[in-house]
Amino acid sequence: MIEIGLGHYLTLGAVIFSIGIIGIFLNRKNIIVILMSIELILLAVNINLVSFSMYLGDLTGQVFTLFILTVAAAEAAIGLAIIVVYYRNSGTIRVEEIDKLKG
Amino acid sequence: MIAHAIFFYAFSIIAVVSAVMVTVSKNTVHSVFFLILDFISISCLFIMIGAEFLGMIMLIVYVGAVAVLFLFVVMMLNVAQQKNQWFISKENSNHIPIGLLISVIIFFELIIVIGGWKYKPDLFDQSNLSIVNDVSNTHSLGMVLYTDYIHIFQISGMILLIAMIGAIVLTFRQREGVKKQSYLKQISRERAEGVEVVEVASNRGVKIDD
Repeated sequence: MIEIGLGHYLTLGAVIFSIGIIGIFLNRKNIIVILMSIELILLAVNINLVSFSMYLGDLTGQVFTLFILTVAAAEAAIGLAIIVVYYRNSGTIRVEEIDKLKG
Repeated sequence: MIAHAIFFYAFSIIAVVSAVMVTVSKNTVHSVFFLILDFISISCLFIMIGAEFLGMIMLIVYVGAVAVLFLFVVMMLNVAQQKNQWFISKENSNHIPIGLLISVIIFFELIIVIGGWKYKPDLFDQSNLSIVNDVSNTHSLGMVLYTDYIHIFQISGMILLIAMIGAIVLTFRQREGVKKQSYLKQISRERAEGVEVVEVASNRGVKIDD
């Protein structure tokens, strides 16, 4: 318990990953909270990569964490822009009312 | 080592509790604030484990940019009062046990993978990007980022550029009835359309604006 090893960090990553998935299922009416849950999942992946990188002594994990950070920022920006445009066009972003593509 | 354990448990408990609060809190603004707290504690963990550059970048990128973007959108769209009704409405909540079941299954799968994980004994010999202890973290990241990973680095820059252009194009709108200054019209004005020479007869004057 006292000796903090790789398993502790991986367990933390697994816990945050599962909480992100629970968040997607629980808040399926609020699309902004769904986007935040996706950010949590990406954060858990980053924890895994960084802890593997530090405990195995290989720098590749940190480089890839940097790229995941880039993609996550781009995804958040595009997703929020789409939400803003949808709200402007139809006046709601409640997920159960987004059914314009339904025939 | 004791201090390491104490700080690890403190930061990870803060991170897990704030992650739970992101999903269950009623107000979306509170969710964004707990997301910020989560990112801060995880970046403290990164700094503690020795990845200082990534911890600082997490602080700058997530807390400084992404979380503020979320906050901005939440306040602009006026959905702060939109409650998360997952615990209020009973008639449409049969997805919650399924979601919990799937999450618990994924969690235990990950735990099984972590518990039974062993690496090859000669793994360290195969790596050509090993961490050297007498060079700082930022220095060693910079050494590989601009040499071995230069193409992926450029591609990530292109992804950011495309995301920026896409966000601007999506949210840009032209409004009707707004008076704007037109530089092209101003600088392409000729003398012939601005000034008119009028022959004025004496004692008559000239009548304009008719």
